Amino acid sequence: MTKTINLTLKVWRQKGPEHKGHLETYRADHISTDMSFLEMIDIVNDNLTLDGDDPIAFDHDCREGICGMCGTVVNGRAHGPEKETTLCQLHMRHFSDGDTIVIEPWRSRAFKIIKDLVVDRSALDKIIAAGGYISVNTGGAPDGNSILIPQDIAELAMDAAACIGCGACVASCPNASAMLFIGAKISQLALLPQGKPEAAGRALSMVREMDRLGFGNCTNEKECEAECPKEISITNIARMNREYFKAGYFFSKK
Amino acid sequence: MNWFLDILRSSIGKKLMMAVTGLGFCGFITAHLAGNLFIYNGKEAFNLYAERLHSLGPVITALELGLLFFAVIHVLTGVTLFYQNIMARPVRYVVNKSAGGRSIGSRTMPYSGVILLVFVVLHLLDFHFVDKTGTTIYKLVETTFAVSWYALFYVFAVIVVAIHVSHGLWSAFQTIGANHPKYMPVIKTAGIIFSISIGIGFGFIPIYILIFT
Repeated sequence: MTKTINLTLKVWRQKGPEHKGHLETYRADHISTDMSFLEMIDIVNDNLTLDGDDPIAFDHDCREGICGMCGTVVNGRAHGPEKETTLCQLHMRHFSDGDTIVIEPWRSRAFKIIKDLVVDRSALDKIIAAGGYISVNTGGAPDGNSILIPQDIAELAMDAAACIGCGACVASCPNASAMLFIGAKISQLALLPQGKPEAAGRALSMVREMDRLGFGNCTNEKECEAECPKEISITNIARMNREYFKAGYFFSKK
Repeated sequence: MNWFLDILRSSIGKKLMMAVTGLGFCGFITAHLAGNLFIYNGKEAFNLYAERLHSLGPVITALELGLLFFAVIHVLTGVTLFYQNIMARPVRYVVNKSAGGRSIGSRTMPYSGVILLVFVVLHLLDFHFVDKTGTTIYKLVETTFAVSWYALFYVFAVIVVAIHVSHGLWSAFQTIGANHPKYMPVIKTAGIIFSISIGIGFGFIPIYILIFT
């Protein structure tokens, strides 16, 4: 027998980027505790559609916790109250009957609201385009083990590469800083031999782009690390700082 | 030299300036506390320490100017960062909740910083820019802390220093990139011990004076 709960939702509704938004109250009744958070919003949206109202716009894609598309701030917490969880992997069993849930979009000057809970995160893409890649000529795949990488370094790079670019670090940072994201992207490449040749230029241009886009400054509050669904460590921010200082003060190009 | 300033002007560069100047203040406050501990050894010891310190003359002046330079950088950069960080989120959240990353120190950095600035100015007016002819430093401390509200404010300010440093010290290491799995836990523990030592070392001076005069 499935357990069901009744909830009150306060959802941020905003018609478009230039419109003023507000919190709107909805009932979410007979919600199965087996549902995911997004499925719960689907049910609410079905009812809104049947009533002829505009359904709540929210981002989602794989619903498996790996694509980085979903994410809202639930009762003040990015991706909700569970650790190491994206919103799609948050289940309604973590809520109780009669709960009021406040659902807000990611808030940052660099993330414009497109509609309701959908924000434009292309600022993160712009930072990647500024240098978050390696330049290699395509061709035949290289032989295995032709470039030796110690296992612990490979693990560190992989931990950084686990970032799905969801933006929860920016959303949860008290200063709306994106440094965990950029720290992870700089680290995943700077740690590996393939990324090292361009490490200096990458650090300089990615940080420059981040500053230009109007993200806040990190004050080591560690909220990003606590909210990150992939548990990216702030040691990546320290590595980014090292890479940046090294590039800024010892790299010969300006 | 434009590249040099460009790096410092960036977000990470501003953090670096906060970290380096902050570490400088930690060094200063360690020396300041070490000197002040003479007060617990009695009037003569404390006065002798002050006399010997001032006999260093130009060295002290140079260090004072250095501290002033650091203070200007720390305050101006701090104010800029505070303003930029507020601007980075023009629409605030209706519900705010911590995921457990923030500490009382990290939460209050800009505010404790403002209190400290006011305190430092008052503190300098009381003990530095004051006519010291015909008196000793011990007497000066005695008369200043005889005013009970001022003694209370002093203890409060010292607690604020401890809170500010409890986040500031490890944070400075993180910012300059010195985050190492073996050393970071040590740095964090040292930061807590350091801030408690600052709080107790300075905070008990007014109480000590109150009891022994």
